[in-house]
Amino acid sequence: MTSFHINDRAVRVDAEDDTPLLWVIRDVIGLTGTKFGCGIGMCGACTVHVGGRPTRSCITPLASVAGAKVTTIEGLDPEGRHPVQKAWADLQVPQCGYCQSGQIMQAVSLINDFPSPTDQDIDAVMAGNLCRCMTYVRIRNAIKQAAAQSRKADTDE
Amino acid sequence: MFKKVLIAIVALGCLGLAGFGILAWRPVIGPIALPAPGNFAPELIAKGEALAGGGYCAECHTAKGAQQFAGGYAFETPFGVIYSTNITPDPETGIGTWSEAAFRRAMHEGVSRDGAHLFPVFTYDHFTKLSDDDVRALYAYFMTRPPVHAPARPNGISFPFNIRYLQAGWKLLFFRPGRFEPDAGKSAEWNRGAYLAQGLSHCGACHTPRNLLGAEQSRNAYGGAAIDNWVAPPLTAANPAPAPWTREELYDYLRTGTSKLHGTAAGPMFPVVQGLGALPDSDIGALATYLADVNKAADRLPSVPAAVSHALSYASAKAGEQFDPDARLYAAACASCHYNAGKAPLAVRPDLALNSAVHLPDPSNLIQVILRGISAEEGIPGVVMPAFGGALSDTDVARIAAYLRRTRTNLPPWPDLPAKIAGIRRQNGATD
Repeated sequence: MTSFHINDRAVRVDAEDDTPLLWVIRDVIGLTGTKFGCGIGMCGACTVHVGGRPTRSCITPLASVAGAKVTTIEGLDPEGRHPVQKAWADLQVPQCGYCQSGQIMQAVSLINDFPSPTDQDIDAVMAGNLCRCMTYVRIRNAIKQAAAQSRKADTDE
Repeated sequence: MFKKVLIAIVALGCLGLAGFGILAWRPVIGPIALPAPGNFAPELIAKGEALAGGGYCAECHTAKGAQQFAGGYAFETPFGVIYSTNITPDPETGIGTWSEAAFRRAMHEGVSRDGAHLFPVFTYDHFTKLSDDDVRALYAYFMTRPPVHAPARPNGISFPFNIRYLQAGWKLLFFRPGRFEPDAGKSAEWNRGAYLAQGLSHCGACHTPRNLLGAEQSRNAYGGAAIDNWVAPPLTAANPAPAPWTREELYDYLRTGTSKLHGTAAGPMFPVVQGLGALPDSDIGALATYLADVNKAADRLPSVPAAVSHALSYASAKAGEQFDPDARLYAAACASCHYNAGKAPLAVRPDLALNSAVHLPDPSNLIQVILRGISAEEGIPGVVMPAFGGALSDTDVARIAAYLRRTRTNLPPWPDLPAKIAGIRRQNGATD
């Protein structure tokens, strides 16, 4: 039995300690926005936030998130209108879409750490999120647009 | 003539044996009826609880998944396996019949209530420094725990090490009983830290190398040692971390489980930070003051800015097209989480150029963290590192470790990494 929070909801999961968090999120909790890519922490498709930090859920054992706060793409914003999601929609970033929830979760952390990211910052932090459709140029533009929106929101407040 | 010499030798031998017998003999301390919990003041019990945390009693006196303090934790020693004992107040299998005098003798002299010598896996060589008041508080705490009926598991120590009488010889060689004596030349805070480190928190039990008979090498105190397939790094000036362990860094590490300029407390160090959580901030400050003096951090302060700016030079500088396959592996597996931003290393998951494990002569700690990850309760609370053990081959783990060593330090490469990784996997599998 492992207890943790997912998208601000408390859950108790009865599964082996070494079950990958991704399996629990998709198969037990039923949130399928997070995708299975490589299964070895090398592609970023399964990225969720644990304690606000991007985490590859496919190789994170269930037991290690006991007591933690997990956020998936479904929990990023109640209406799916997080600045990064809006920028993604505005710029029509996805092609097939499979890697995009992982890309977005990683990009949200990137903007927190780098409020005005350069191309180099984006390459450094996003290099572990692969996109077989090669949407990288649009991803980079969307990150810059979302960062600008977030900065504007910060100064407006 | 020959006969006389023989008689003299035999007589001397007998005398010696008799002398040793007298020396080794300890009386039984009579059993008592379990005192009612009301006999102990609540403040005394609370003090004992904090001390039991700061001494991590639960860590060794609890078997995995079993009831707290009921014993059964296995110590794999070079002499065989030894199981910890039940220190709940169960009269039959715990310490329910122990008087405070018997408890104090165990803590200060390493002798059981029945007069038998205890093995030094129980670190009475440290607890002998505890004040009578602190021992009294610990006694009050343990005697008011719920009693658990849990008979001791028989130890697996080979002859002749299993003869408890002979422990008197070990004590004669290596054990100096006596309470902590403050150093008048040092501050009260330093002395408090020394008392905790040398006594209650027994830092040397893991961080001081041991001799062939299992005793800490007093001349190499805090020199660093292997422990449970991890490394307890040196706490002295020999610690190879690029930034010194200053009082501030030690305080952050011991209080919060993480130091921005060193890394996260994982493996056998995690329960230490967890246990220390029971002690007040002032005690953690005292430990940090004492340990910063032990490693002479003040002498190395000038090297901090250079070490930090070196680490920051990795901040996004190495991104872009990569032709080195090891750099590509590192970028995919590690660099999405471990990076720096801004003018100081990120507090959570910084680039690893300052990380202590990358700079140790033995790669065990780095390998362990790559294989096992870091759970939400270890290190920075609520943040995890995934476990790459099931994802990466020994070769790939070795490539990542070698790449970090090569690019983040000026130290020689670690030899035989794949074999080392395979060995650690095997042993983790055997003990998990």
